[in-house]
Amino acid sequence: MAFEDLYREVILRHFKKPQNFGPVSDEEATVEDENPTCGDHFRLRVELQGDRISSIRFDGRGCAISTSSCSMMTERVLGKTPSEARAMISEFLGMVQGTCDPSDESLGDLAVLRSVRDFPVRVKCAGLCWQALSKALDKLSA
Amino acid sequence: MNALNTERIRRDFPILARTMRGGKRLVYLDNAATTQKPECVIEAVCDYYRNHNANVHRGFHQLSEEATEILESARARVADFIGAGSPQEVVFTRGATESINLAASAYGAAALRPGDQILLTVMEHHSNLLPWQQLARQTGAELCFIPGREDGALDMDAFQQMLSPKVKILAMTHMSNVLGTINPVRQCIAAAHSAGARVLIDAAQSLPHFKVDVADLDCDFLAFSGHKMLGPMGIGVLYAKRELLDRMRPYQTGGSMIHRVALRDAVWADVPYKFEAGTPNVAGAAGLKAAIDYLEAAGMDRIFQHEQELVRYALQRLDALSGIQIVGRAAHRGAVIAWHMKNVHPHDMAQFADQEGIAIRAGHHCAQPLVVRYGFAALSRASFYLYNDRHEVDALADVVEKTARFFHGL
Repeated sequence: MAFEDLYREVILRHFKKPQNFGPVSDEEATVEDENPTCGDHFRLRVELQGDRISSIRFDGRGCAISTSSCSMMTERVLGKTPSEARAMISEFLGMVQGTCDPSDESLGDLAVLRSVRDFPVRVKCAGLCWQALSKALDKLSA
Repeated sequence: MNALNTERIRRDFPILARTMRGGKRLVYLDNAATTQKPECVIEAVCDYYRNHNANVHRGFHQLSEEATEILESARARVADFIGAGSPQEVVFTRGATESINLAASAYGAAALRPGDQILLTVMEHHSNLLPWQQLARQTGAELCFIPGREDGALDMDAFQQMLSPKVKILAMTHMSNVLGTINPVRQCIAAAHSAGARVLIDAAQSLPHFKVDVADLDCDFLAFSGHKMLGPMGIGVLYAKRELLDRMRPYQTGGSMIHRVALRDAVWADVPYKFEAGTPNVAGAAGLKAAIDYLEAAGMDRIFQHEQELVRYALQRLDALSGIQIVGRAAHRGAVIAWHMKNVHPHDMAQFADQEGIAIRAGHHCAQPLVVRYGFAALSRASFYLYNDRHEVDALADVVEKTARFFHGL
């Protein structure tokens, strides 16, 4: 898989100007997560109103892959129900791990991260925020 | 002293001839993580399995005698290389990590009382931090940390003030795997001894690159790994003074570390065997011996000189790039450089380098508290060895510049 696919324009756009980005204080954070291989650290705040994700915001520092993944994720799950979001989480993680191949339509912009599966160390980068979202939803539904 | 013939040395390392993705030539600059192996090391490991494989010490057959001879001659070679008083002071382990765990649990656990202090530095690799964290918890001892100065050198004034009779153990790295700083361990050991403390030196990053002599340093313990000095993975050494080894209890128990066993008690074997439970890594020891032979033939002083020239040149090339911040500016340093480039995450830096066949490291380098101390979550790192040359420094500087331009241009 071409290296160029990993640094596609849409990824770089989200990296340069992440959506739904910060600030999230430690107290506000629904969850914190980090990538143990590099020390990258994210705080994610998720709010539900009724049965919908009414607000989602993230903060922290990461590489182009983890930051753009998180930015696109927040856009994608905003307004969705927790169960819809969970379906997206498993779809996305399956895609980057190479265990499933969802259609481009169901993923939108996120489909550009498909090439991550060819760079094993970057799978963690792309999946970090999705794992965090999963934990946040567990916490909010507890 | 004539210079190292890098061109000839490179031919001894089969892996350096391979090509990477896209047909790129391999530029291996991750030597602080592990080093490549010369043909003679690979051959020593193969020769052991091909021609001499047997279990050691207990067999009454020829192969067992040969395997024992291979293991023990490697021990003697290590003792000679590091200036130990006798081979009995050389304990084989899986690597520096196990060596430090062994010292912490077999020596530290009996030596510490609640309120005693263990002195470390802020620049320790996790392997020289976590065993002491665990030991402190277990014994009620307190961990204290010698701070680092802005330039990456150790704060020796603070160190002097931290010494007191409460300090029972000083465990410190000889050379930082992130900053490249070479610490004045001889001076630290003397000062710690005056205060009544025992000293462990983590030589994983130093001993592969310049002459380290335990008698000259007068350290009580010294730990290092074979794989960071051209040897195989899974073999390492704990050196300790004989009087300490004699007093220490075993670290692990089981086969081959005993003198006599009854159902309810046992008498331990003499040192160093008392610390080597189970079947040893004989192939690893054979490879380590071959690595030492190779390094000494090249000349430790020449290797150090070569790396000093490389690191000076690399610093000069990298310093010329705008937006770069080199972390670690100590005057006395080895050939490890960590940096942060503005607007470029180290993961992305490493990915761009990899694309050119250049192997560098990105992350916290198993020294998370240190990287945080200098204000970063992650850094990029290049580390050099005897087979690296100026062309490779140029390739590195070029890719750093190219990556910076790419991200700055966004």
